Amino acid sequence: MRIKSALAAAAIVALAGACGSGGGDGGSSSSSSSGEPVKINFLSLAWQKESVAANKQIVDEWNKANPNIQVTYVQGSWDNVNDQLVTQFAGGTAPDVIHNDSPALSGFATDGYLLDLKDKLPAELKSDIPQSAWDTVTFGDGKGGQGVYGVPFLQESQVIIANKKLLDAAKVRIPTPDNPWTWDEFSAAAKKMTKDGTFGVAWAMKSPVNKTLNLALNFGGTFFQTADGKTTVKVGPEEREVLQRIHDQLYTDKSADPAALGQGTADPLPAFYKGKFAMLPAGVFLRQQVAEQAPDGFEWVTLPGPKGTSAQQGAVSQTLSIAQDSKHPDEAMKFIAYFLNGANQAKLAKGDWLLPTSQQAAADPAMTTQENGWDVATASAKNLVVAPFLKVNGFDEWKTKVATPVLQEYFANKITIDEAAKRLVDEGNKVLERYQR
Amino acid sequence: MRRFPQYVALAAYVVFLAFPLLWLLSTALKTPQEMALADPTWIPREPTLANFADAFGEQDLVGAAVRSLGVALAASLITVVISLPAAYAMARYRGLVNKIAIGWVLVSQVFPFILIIIPLFMILRDLDLVNTLPGLVVVHVTFTLPFALWMLQGYVRAVPPELEEAAAVDGATRLRSIASVVAPLLAPGVVATLLFAFISSWNEFMFALVILQNPDVMTLPLTLVRFTGPEGVARLGPLAAASLMATIPSLIFFAIIQRRLKSGLMAGAVKG
Repeated sequence: MRIKSALAAAAIVALAGACGSGGGDGGSSSSSSSGEPVKINFLSLAWQKESVAANKQIVDEWNKANPNIQVTYVQGSWDNVNDQLVTQFAGGTAPDVIHNDSPALSGFATDGYLLDLKDKLPAELKSDIPQSAWDTVTFGDGKGGQGVYGVPFLQESQVIIANKKLLDAAKVRIPTPDNPWTWDEFSAAAKKMTKDGTFGVAWAMKSPVNKTLNLALNFGGTFFQTADGKTTVKVGPEEREVLQRIHDQLYTDKSADPAALGQGTADPLPAFYKGKFAMLPAGVFLRQQVAEQAPDGFEWVTLPGPKGTSAQQGAVSQTLSIAQDSKHPDEAMKFIAYFLNGANQAKLAKGDWLLPTSQQAAADPAMTTQENGWDVATASAKNLVVAPFLKVNGFDEWKTKVATPVLQEYFANKITIDEAAKRLVDEGNKVLERYQR
Repeated sequence: MRRFPQYVALAAYVVFLAFPLLWLLSTALKTPQEMALADPTWIPREPTLANFADAFGEQDLVGAAVRSLGVALAASLITVVISLPAAYAMARYRGLVNKIAIGWVLVSQVFPFILIIIPLFMILRDLDLVNTLPGLVVVHVTFTLPFALWMLQGYVRAVPPELEEAAAVDGATRLRSIASVVAPLLAPGVVATLLFAFISSWNEFMFALVILQNPDVMTLPLTLVRFTGPEGVARLGPLAAASLMATIPSLIFFAIIQRRLKSGLMAGAVKG
């Protein structure tokens, strides 16, 4: 009986609590014309401690300085943001300001869910960010035109995080941003460091597509070609080069640790600290975890990515966009312009250990210090170019359903490069066909 | 002594079940350096509470837990209240309508979640329930109800109809026989269904993600996911600390309710 009473009481309390605390329209419901402050929801995907703190600090500063435009900071998650947005766009309740990455914007722009910002961008913000970064957020509007559907503010490049003691012991030339290793030098260095149970390099290939396709631009590999308005998959000599070289490190030179193959980006770090391998090619953001976790006395350095016929890499930007249904797009744009000014971008980049697109932010002394490899990371930004595959309608499906399994099989040595190339093209073209009808 | 192997097996099983909780505890107390060791340790060498401080300092975990508890209790109770009479009818009355109803309940389970989320979201928006906890309760009841109904009608079927017939012979009305004979026998089933509904709601992430935007109404799963980044990278220490704290309310709920799961098993089965 006591249980029944307790449950009944709990039910009443729960319902009352649920009803009582459930109120509140997080959306932008009031306008300055009614005398109430305009309310803007800002969906942020910041997740690292310093980055969240920087985001909150900038929002607080904005709110204090702009009592008529109040921004609500809402923290989202990278893993689910697109599922969340699809529903909220369809329901017309998406946040006013949306943090995402540039590959996700293309589809949303074509579907008409994002506001074209090209006529709204303040001149100062526009000129502070180079055109190569704006290219990552310029997409078709689904009606034959082109629009700018986000403001790019953080970028990731591929670098090599290396064990300094092993590097010194191998007596290899230390590459610099001005004079990076060629892929041949990189492979030779990896071979030289492979001894006594230590491998020269570890390729974490759980998600192989972004890493390999971005590096493929070193040899001009674009993976897609467009002729007569039709886009098809292309895996020619340029595209095969990086794939083959990584495969050779694994199975010909045996200088790459096979244990890392199925691992995610950060998974090989414990073995790296233990000296199981000397070099870890990874995105610049991984430096944060190394700086935080590396055991005392462990010396590590950041090396620039290798160079093929060029040092170019594919650029993916983190972006801020405005929802098409936002009731306050002008106020949202004002907030974005403030949020992404040079000084604030430097804070955000430091918090996320990524590269700012703002030229003013990139000149910040904190972005060019040697500490934790910031100088090398920031210098790598000059090699970033818009990756052609990110503009292909259907790329996401090709990446998930075709490229990821095929590349995993190839790197696991289960299929040859010819078989991999054939499947990437044949199965890929079937996917793309659906998007081009 | 004969029972020694049984005890060993039981102890091993308990350790196996407790493994995730012990791992969470161990991780929550480790420094970032210790978490990244290639040879993981069970007992932290330099235990630290910094992960708990980070987790509670950065996120409103207590508020989120209270909201999750409210939503889960409300959703589970409403689910049971609605499904109990329907389950009785499904179990006791046979006919075409009944068969169709049972078929529909089964069919409703095979719809992919993504298929219903957008229409459901539209309905909630029109009812002004988006961004509210009552809206989330409605959604949780909606997706928990079919399976709860299925579970409960199984429990009702397990109660022999002869017991009700015997009560009728003694002059009891149908309502009286349900209340005095069937209900006590059903209690463990009701508790099991309540637990199922509670767990489903407590852990539910996707609907909450889509429906709730206002940080002041967000539930625990939405708060926990804030410690994860792209490509499966996570801030493991604060995530483990927060997850550990997140298990406490549900453990308390289980502790309160599990005795009822056992005690009602045969109550009322013997006609006095």
